[in-house]
Amino acid sequence: MLRLVSASKPASASILTKVTPSSSSFTGRRTFASTSARQGDITLTVDGKEVTVPQGSALIQACEAAGATIPRFCYHDRLAIAGNCRMCLVEVERSPKPVASCAMPAMPGSKVWTNTPLVHEAREGVMEFLLSNHPLDCPICDQGGECDLQDQSMRYGADRTRFHEIAGKRAVEDKDLGPLVKTSMNRCIQCTRCVRFANEVAGVEELGTTGRGNDLQIGMYVEKTMNSELSGNVIDLCPVGALTSKPYAFHARPWELKHTDSVDVMDAVGSNIRVDSRGLSVMRVQPRPNDDVNEEWINDKTRFAYDGLRFQRLTTPLIKQGDRFVSASWEDALTAVAEGFRASGAQDDEIQAVAGHLADTESMVALKDLINHLGSDNLTLDSVGGHAAPVHAVDVRSNYLFNATIPGVEQADCILLVGSNPRHEAAVLNSRIRKSWLHTTLEVGLIGERADTAYGYEYLGADAKAVADFVAGKTDFAKKFMNAKKPLIIVGSAITEHPDGPAVYNALAKYVEKNKSQLVTPEWNGFAVLQRVASRAAAYDVGFVPSRKASQTKPKFIYLLNADEVDPKSIPRDAFVVYQGHHGDLGAQLADVCLPGAAYTEKGMTWVNTEGRAQMGRAAVPPPGASREDWKIIRALSELLGAPLPYDDVLSLRDRMWEISPTLVRYDTLEHTSVDVALAGLKTLAAATASAKVSGAPFVKPISNFYQTDPISRASVTMAHCTRAFVKGENYGFSELSSKSEAAYA
Amino acid sequence: MLAARLSKPVPRLPPSVRRISSSSSRRSDALFVHRDTTYNNPKIPFEFNADNLKRAQEIISHYPPQYKKAAVIPLLDLGQRQNKGWTSISVMNYIAKLLEMPPMRVYEVATFYTMFNREPIGENFVQVCTTTPCMLRGAYDVLDTVCNHFGGIKPGDTTKDGKFTVIEVECQGACSNAPMMVVNDDFYEDLTPETTKKVLEAFAKGQKPKPGPQSGRRTSENSAGLTALTSKPYGPGEFCQPEFQ
Ligand code: SF4
Ligand code: FES
Ligand code: FES
Repeated sequence: MLRLVSASKPASASILTKVTPSSSSFTGRRTFASTSARQGDITLTVDGKEVTVPQGSALIQACEAAGATIPRFCYHDRLAIAGNCRMCLVEVERSPKPVASCAMPAMPGSKVWTNTPLVHEAREGVMEFLLSNHPLDCPICDQGGECDLQDQSMRYGADRTRFHEIAGKRAVEDKDLGPLVKTSMNRCIQCTRCVRFANEVAGVEELGTTGRGNDLQIGMYVEKTMNSELSGNVIDLCPVGALTSKPYAFHARPWELKHTDSVDVMDAVGSNIRVDSRGLSVMRVQPRPNDDVNEEWINDKTRFAYDGLRFQRLTTPLIKQGDRFVSASWEDALTAVAEGFRASGAQDDEIQAVAGHLADTESMVALKDLINHLGSDNLTLDSVGGHAAPVHAVDVRSNYLFNATIPGVEQADCILLVGSNPRHEAAVLNSRIRKSWLHTTLEVGLIGERADTAYGYEYLGADAKAVADFVAGKTDFAKKFMNAKKPLIIVGSAITEHPDGPAVYNALAKYVEKNKSQLVTPEWNGFAVLQRVASRAAAYDVGFVPSRKASQTKPKFIYLLNADEVDPKSIPRDAFVVYQGHHGDLGAQLADVCLPGAAYTEKGMTWVNTEGRAQMGRAAVPPPGASREDWKIIRALSELLGAPLPYDDVLSLRDRMWEISPTLVRYDTLEHTSVDVALAGLKTLAAATASAKVSGAPFVKPISNFYQTDPISRASVTMAHCTRAFVKGENYGFSELSSKSEAAYA
Repeated sequence: MLAARLSKPVPRLPPSVRRISSSSSRRSDALFVHRDTTYNNPKIPFEFNADNLKRAQEIISHYPPQYKKAAVIPLLDLGQRQNKGWTSISVMNYIAKLLEMPPMRVYEVATFYTMFNREPIGENFVQVCTTTPCMLRGAYDVLDTVCNHFGGIKPGDTTKDGKFTVIEVECQGACSNAPMMVVNDDFYEDLTPETTKKVLEAFAKGQKPKPGPQSGRRTSENSAGLTALTSKPYGPGEFCQPEFQ
């Protein structure tokens, strides 16, 4: 049995009364012993080869470093060590028995063998015990082909069975963990990786083990779904087919799939993904390890929203005739746009372009160039208040980027969240905060709407007043923050959209400037803006913002590029509207002409994440029907609008991006803003917002339904199921306990 | 509540014929998942009474405040005693709340230890040991006697009147006085079918027979009589200089 999480730090009596048994107690505090600071290196011999590893490494890591493969089931380098499968046995000199290498610290000078008859026999024995209760249902098991048990039994197992138990194999009842994770608990080998992941990383403290010995089973004891936005990762972690993907069940075998390395666009983290496709369709999305971004995890929207790519797609150009859309050829559609443009009589700033959440960098650059060529500066973003330039302006990158970097979050020892619930806005990043909260003495404070964040926080208020109090150093938390070594302020993207945004930015910018000795140093920049939309950082980088004059002009020609969150009321009745995008969502309904673009899995484009890290997505499948890559559509249209763009291939387009900002094409690296520039940026920010008034409206969470935030996830059936199960709690209200899932308390 | 449950016949599988998918024999005293029933669901309130709350606080105070959860086992036991000998889901939830730990961590403990009964039991809880030493000394005769005495119930069952629950348990650490059974908190040792019956009858009448060996021997002395240390042990002062006598 596993005893992982939540020993409590002495909690106040008031907390005690607030706790209900229904929710996991985040009031309770970390339990894992924190890892000691790394001391020197040690040297040992593995299979006659000398290796040097950092002190404190597990023996399995040392073996790995020596190039010896050690089979394993329970060990996972991002989870706590359990040592319960015994598959990793190795022989150590002067040890009477084989040793579980994952649970054994590497000792200086020890001699280890990984390939002796004793080891072989031990592995074979362990394998036999594991298989004695494992069903032989590989042909109907979705894990087949990527199953650790299958692979390792082929390699290390016996070639015949001695299993003749009259009573049959152990039978365990399947658990219902919700619409994402399918369980087949007979197959479970009780490695407890899923339990450790749920408790340590995802913060689902309801998953555990019940019973003991041979009867041990994984589950929640009471009937309950696994309500976490990271739950899909247990599917990857499960070494056998006990936890598999429900939406993907029986759809494909791993060896039929083509793997394409790409980047996720469901949030602004830019998680690295591998898109697995067969023929023309995306079959599933898997995470790709990248320690600088998503470690090894992705959130459930990233993983499961891919079925939305199949529904509601725009596959041919459409022209509105009366109240219906008629499909047209590209030629007709583009001509119709050009005619509409001329007929609308739009001049200068009356030509408006709106860049939406899923617009890629290349197409935004092309669209900006086109609109500028046509004489307009009216470049709008698809967000609340996106028609005006953002309060933080776009001149200094550090004013709108996540300067602390995603791995940097783990170094912070005090975090203030302003108007953000990172759990929904950047789930993978949130898991890092949780990790740090569990293992270190990190303190978190929250200003904004209360939320279940998966770690405890001090609640400081809901509005700009709370920010003012914090800045004035009035609260206890503010004092702690002042004394922290690496304090971090995370400003949610919703603050930019809030009427009090300027006031908040003003207060924070001044505060950061005042405390620059802690907050802005060459090693640490503790002022971080957390974007939640994949295209936003790139849009700011390319300067996709209107001039002051343009933002007050009433548009006559509107070009919606993937813009599906627009307020229909903001579009004048007589304006001519073009929608370019891949889904028939809100934007397409407003359009006079729809131009079908490609979704993120269908084009190899650049995405800039919230840290300002440019990453290249890659096309896994061709765009469906007549749809085309987005920048090409804009390039073709520019000819008809009489302002041809000077690039004919994507490489020259990227040259143009280089001209705008080299960071856009320096892939996978981060360009840190220097201290001087960052401070200058804050100064301008403070000056520009000096006259801001406070309305006192509370900050609200920008994402109320994590599972449906963009046209792809809104078209996804799986995400609709998730919404029903987790957000509305329908169908899954088994036990009294399950319903109150989002109870928030600090 | 209890009666409602007891009156419901539990379907039993016919003796093991091997079928395509036969589940292995029942291994433990209960399921390792919880299902809401009329007598066991989280809506049924449970709270320590004043006495127990005081004891609970006393127990909690033994542990450092950040490791309050270490008190989970004694508190579950306390809860089980207050809740008529069984640990309902409400008991577990209450203790989770009291110790500020996720309920699942309490469920894990309660399902790990077989001495936490997660189903209601009768007024008297009879546990017959059938581990090897007891078995060699006739534990199955004792078990059969108990079962037949209660009208042929099976281990794990409760009598119709809700007075007795019988289960088979593993070694209780009283092997030197095998065979033995535990009734409620007391050990009854050196049993024969006859003495077993006597003990049970006494309990049925509401009395409490004297615990310990039922054969008349003292503790676990040799049943054939002492072979060593037979003489009177000498007391203080004996064999000493007269002035010390
Ligand atoms: S369900 Fe999978 S991951 Fe979880 S314990 Fe079983 S085998 Fe391991
Ligand atoms: S991997 Fe070492 S015991 Fe499981
Ligand atoms: S075997 Fe029965 S008490 Fe030990």
